[in-house]
Amino acid sequence: MDTSHPSTEHGHPGYGTFIAVWICLVVFTLVLVGLSHLGQGAAVWGLLTLTPLKAALVFYFFMHLRYEGPLLKGVVFVALGTLLIFFALMFSDVAFR
Amino acid sequence: MNSSTTSAGMGFLADEGPRRGLMAWLTSTDHKRIGILYLWSMLAFFMVGVGVGVLMRLVQLDTFHHLVTARTYNALFTVHGVIMIFLFVVPGLPAVFGNFFLPILIGAKDVAFPRLNLASWYFYIAGAILALLSLFTGGGAPDTGWTFYAPFSLQTGTNVTLAVFAAFVLGFSSMLTGINFITTIHRLRAPGMSWFRMPLFCWSLYSTSWIQILATPVLAITLILVMLERLFGIGIFDPTKGGDPLLYQHLFWIYSHPAVYIMILPAMGAISEIMPTFSRKPIFGYTAIAFSSMSIAGVGSLVWAHHMFTSGMSEFANMVFSLLTMIVAIPSAIKVFNWVSTLYKGSIDVQPPLFYALTFIFLFCIGGLTGVMQGALSINVHVHDTYFIVGHFHYVMFGGTGFAFFAALLYWFPKMFGRMYSKKLIIAAWFPLFVGFNMLYFGMLVLGMQGMPRRYYEHLPMFHAGHQVVTVGSWLLALGLVIYLVALIWAARKGPRAEGNPWGGVTLEWTLPSPPITENFEEIPVIDHGPYEFRKGGQHG
Ligand SMILES: [Cu+2]
Repeated sequence: MDTSHPSTEHGHPGYGTFIAVWICLVVFTLVLVGLSHLGQGAAVWGLLTLTPLKAALVFYFFMHLRYEGPLLKGVVFVALGTLLIFFALMFSDVAFR
Repeated sequence: MNSSTTSAGMGFLADEGPRRGLMAWLTSTDHKRIGILYLWSMLAFFMVGVGVGVLMRLVQLDTFHHLVTARTYNALFTVHGVIMIFLFVVPGLPAVFGNFFLPILIGAKDVAFPRLNLASWYFYIAGAILALLSLFTGGGAPDTGWTFYAPFSLQTGTNVTLAVFAAFVLGFSSMLTGINFITTIHRLRAPGMSWFRMPLFCWSLYSTSWIQILATPVLAITLILVMLERLFGIGIFDPTKGGDPLLYQHLFWIYSHPAVYIMILPAMGAISEIMPTFSRKPIFGYTAIAFSSMSIAGVGSLVWAHHMFTSGMSEFANMVFSLLTMIVAIPSAIKVFNWVSTLYKGSIDVQPPLFYALTFIFLFCIGGLTGVMQGALSINVHVHDTYFIVGHFHYVMFGGTGFAFFAALLYWFPKMFGRMYSKKLIIAAWFPLFVGFNMLYFGMLVLGMQGMPRRYYEHLPMFHAGHQVVTVGSWLLALGLVIYLVALIWAARKGPRAEGNPWGGVTLEWTLPSPPITENFEEIPVIDHGPYEFRKGGQHG
């Protein structure tokens, strides 16, 4: 493989970071479980906001996105952007049906 | 000229490693050999699809109407669609000519991931075998149409589960090819081969690959959901369980509309290679064509719901998607304008590849314009699910992608096989192809306007004459295809040896011997000019 690639070799996080992220994920999950007891509205909004945040944490730290070069980050953001546009356009149907 | 029976000078076509014959091909990671593996397997499936199509047309004649039952007819149009879409036009040009020529055109020795490339072919074959199995196992061949619309696809007793799994596996083949091509273009361009010195075929493959990566996963997930729903009844699409069948249509078309651009963009790219070579002049509007490929890929991903105008989707969404559909016509029109302008004041040499490429432009224009017609809501409501749609789709996919595939094959055949075909036979094949094609599909446009619904086993007496014309067209078309293929298969085995640059092209593949050596280039070239500079580049060689 290409050994001159600058971004993959340095800056690996320690166990501390991973454990902190993991605790965050557990806390978010508990919050979500709590919200689900407050009725459907709260549950849905909680899912819509907190779940992407959790996914982002997993991508960013566990899947090492944070330590990647701009090209790979760009690819991920293109994919996420596309997904968002798909959602928005689909809501032009669902929300006005 | 004297070595037509020995392997001397046969480049990559001669076995080099420890293995010989078929095994050497099945284990080869050479992008050129993989391209040819795709070519033969794809043409075989294509002919099966043609056979099913001809049979379907036959059933519409009184004499042969009872050849099959109504239920078998449903299976026939499903199988025809699945084979033609997933086994022929989607992999189509990228898998064959993309594999063979992308590395050569950018001055590389292979694609970025040669083993993954071979794995893609095995995924393709595995998917094909699964699709074949689905015809004879479980409840028999699926009868849903290639679109697998819920809720019918959830309820039918036929073997939809295996068929959608086959499409799922084929999707993997497609995604892996896309990843491979994008990486190849980013990392393996020869020194001096800047983005805007790449031949336009590479640009079209690049934009296609992005759609393959971004849209195919949506289809994969949707098909998995259909399987889960059939096996466990989870109720995502089933309205009796609170699901939404329109959600299925959304998800399906989020992939399947961009998929028609997966099918047509590389075809347009191949045409953009052929036009300058036979006009002996640089392509008109290089940047416009390159960017129109990218914008087709972008805007084309936002128009999917124009397949759903009569489905009960919201009025607001109807208007949004109708507008977006109109916009996507613009970049396609830019390309057509630029191809025609390339001919203007060129030194035109009408060889078989150009002949077929011009046919592509003519047929694609009819297909494209009937597409814009359906983008208009008022017309769409009337022609929805009629033969008009079938006619339009075949003008774009067969008249467009199919004829571009034929043109590209004629253009690159001498390079791929080191042999030349009989030009007379190929021109002779054109007449039944062209006449039959237009009888068949223009007839369908007319029948559709008169109100003939698609996918019907029976038809009203008023459509008799139309159906007869259309069916006779299908015979002519099939005859033309047979002549074309026989001419090429014969040439691949016994044709006279071709020179390195039979057409006077100036892109990199024509600097190599025909067929190229396994490593493509003895020495990686250094590029110091654009792709279509006929004064600077090589002349006949
Ligand atoms: Cu469409």
